[in-house]
Amino acid sequence: MTQEQILSEKEISEIKDSFKHFPLKSAACIEGLKIVQKYHRWVSDEALKELAAILEMSVDAVDSVATYYNLIYRKPVGRHVIHVCNSVSCYIMGYDEIIAFLRHKLGIEYGETTADDRFTLLSVSCLGDCDHAPVLMIDDDLHQNLTTDKLEKILNNYE
Amino acid sequence: MEKPLTEHIKTDGTWLTLTEYEETGGYQGLRKALSMDPLAITKLVGDSGLKGRGGAGFPTGKKWSMIPMGKDAHYPKYFVVNADEMEPGSFKDRLLLETNPHQIIEGAIIGAFAIEANFSFIFLRWAYHKAAKAITQALQEAYEVGYLGKNILGSGFDLEMSLHISVGRYMCGEETALLNALEGKRAIPRAKPPYPVVSGLFGKPTIVNNVETICNVPHILAKGADWFMKLSKSEGEGGTKLYGASGRVKNPGLWELPLGTTLREILEVHAGGMQDGYSFKGVLPGGGSTDFLTDEHLDTPMDFESVQKVGSRMGTGTIIVLDDKTCPIGMLRSLEHFFAHESCGWCTPCREGLPWTAKLLDAIDAGRGKMKDLETLEFHTKYMAPGNTFCALAPGAMEPLQSALKYFRYDFEKHIHEQKCPWKS
Repeated sequence: MTQEQILSEKEISEIKDSFKHFPLKSAACIEGLKIVQKYHRWVSDEALKELAAILEMSVDAVDSVATYYNLIYRKPVGRHVIHVCNSVSCYIMGYDEIIAFLRHKLGIEYGETTADDRFTLLSVSCLGDCDHAPVLMIDDDLHQNLTTDKLEKILNNYE
Repeated sequence: MEKPLTEHIKTDGTWLTLTEYEETGGYQGLRKALSMDPLAITKLVGDSGLKGRGGAGFPTGKKWSMIPMGKDAHYPKYFVVNADEMEPGSFKDRLLLETNPHQIIEGAIIGAFAIEANFSFIFLRWAYHKAAKAITQALQEAYEVGYLGKNILGSGFDLEMSLHISVGRYMCGEETALLNALEGKRAIPRAKPPYPVVSGLFGKPTIVNNVETICNVPHILAKGADWFMKLSKSEGEGGTKLYGASGRVKNPGLWELPLGTTLREILEVHAGGMQDGYSFKGVLPGGGSTDFLTDEHLDTPMDFESVQKVGSRMGTGTIIVLDDKTCPIGMLRSLEHFFAHESCGWCTPCREGLPWTAKLLDAIDAGRGKMKDLETLEFHTKYMAPGNTFCALAPGAMEPLQSALKYFRYDFEKHIHEQKCPWKS
C-alpha cells in the first residue's frame, strides 16, 4: 500500500515558488516550513520528510531548523494559539496575574492544549508593545492593556 | 523641533501610501542619491554623524565604507534591513514599520545603491502582522512605479527587494545569526572575522542596518549632513532619536526627540512621571540588555557616548522603568529567564551560565538564597563578559545583573536574610 501524500500540489508549488528569492534551494527551508504549517497548523514527521525531499536536504537537517525556531510547531496545536508575553515590561505591569488567570481558566500549563482542542498556551518573548503592557497574542491578533476581566471577554471571541 | 521620522504619521491608524509619502517629500532623497557617486553617499552619511539605532551605535557611514567596491568586489552584494525588533522592552521599530513603510524602503534603496548591492531583504519579526501588510503593499507600489526592479528611474541601477518574515528567536537580532536565518539555517552566530561587510549573506559582502537607522537615510540625502548633525544636542552624533518608556509611568509611549535629550526630560516631561502611588527606583535605559541606572544618573543625555560614560548603554533608547512596588529580583528573574531561554546553545558559557544565573535568582526570590549565591552571580557576570562568549547575548544578559548587584545589593541581602521576598506578603 502506498502511503498517502501529506503535502498538496498547491503547497508544493508554493514552496517551489519561494526558491526564486534565493540562490540555493536549502535557503527556502524556513519558508517551506512556514508554508507547511500554514496549511496543517503544525509540521508532522511525514510532512517534514516530504519537505526535505523538495528542498533536496536531509530530513535531519530540516528538522534541526524546524526545532530551532519557536514558531514552527512540531506537535499539534489547538484551533487557537495563545502567545503570552513573559518579558520584562509585561512582568512589571502584571504578567503574573494574567498567566495565573489563564492557567486556572483553561486548566492547562505552557505547552499544553485544552481537551476540546480550542486553545494551546505558549509563552513568548517580548512582543514589542511594551507601552501597552501586559499584552498577549491569540493567533494573529494582539491584545493590549490586559486585565483578567478584559481577557475573559476576549477568550469568548475564539471558538 | 523637527521630527523627520514621525512628523507625517497619520492619526487614523493607517500607513502612508506611496502617493501620500511622495506628497511629504518622499523619494526625493533617492532621486538625489541616484545622481551621486555611491562613495559620495557613504561619505555624506558618515559626515551626518548617524550611528546605528539597533543598539550598538556603530557609525553607519563607517560600516558602509568597509564594503569592497568596484570591479574586483564579489557580487552580488546584499543590503539587509534588520526589522527583527526583539530586545525586551523595545517597541520603536514597530511604529516606523506600521506607519511609514516607504521611508524604510527608500532608505534601503539608497543604502543598496551606495554599496552597489542588487538584492535586498527586509527581515521582519513574525509578531508584527500589521507591519507585514504595510511592507508588502509598499513593496508592490514601489515596484509598480519603478523605484524597485530593473533600471531604477533610468539610472541603470537594478534592485530586487523582498520581505522575509521570521519564525522567532531573539538570536536573529544578532547580524550574523540573522544572515544564517535568511539562508534557511539555524540562527546561530558566526565567527568574526570575517565580518559580513566582507563575507555575509551567501558569503557575499552584506550590510545589515536597523530600521530606525535606515529611516534616517532619505532625510540625510534630501537635507544634508549639517542639517542632520544639528538635529542632535550631542557632539559628534547626529539626528533625532525615538525614545520610549514602559513600566509604571503615567504616559508610556514613544517620542521622537533630539538625540541627547536627558533621561529626566524623557521620563518626567514626556512620560509624565511616575503613576500615583509608585515611586522611581531605576531604569534600564535601552532595553533588557543594558545596565541599570538610578536617580543619580537622571541628568545624563541619552546619546551613545554619555550613557556609556555613566556605565550603561543607550541601546535601543526604549526605557524600562522599575518602580518601588516591583521586586528588582523578580524583574531580574524575568530578564535572565528570557536570556537563558533565548540562548542558542552554540557556546558553553552562555548555554550553561545563563540557566545557572536564572536558577540562583529563582532560589533567592523563593527565600532559599545564601550569601554565597551573590558571589556566584558575580562570578558569572565576569565569566560571561565580552570576549568570553561567541556573541553579545550573554554579555548583554549580564549587564542588568551586574548593575543590580551594585545598586540593589540591599534588596538581594534582604531576601537572603529574611529568607523570603519582601515584596510578597
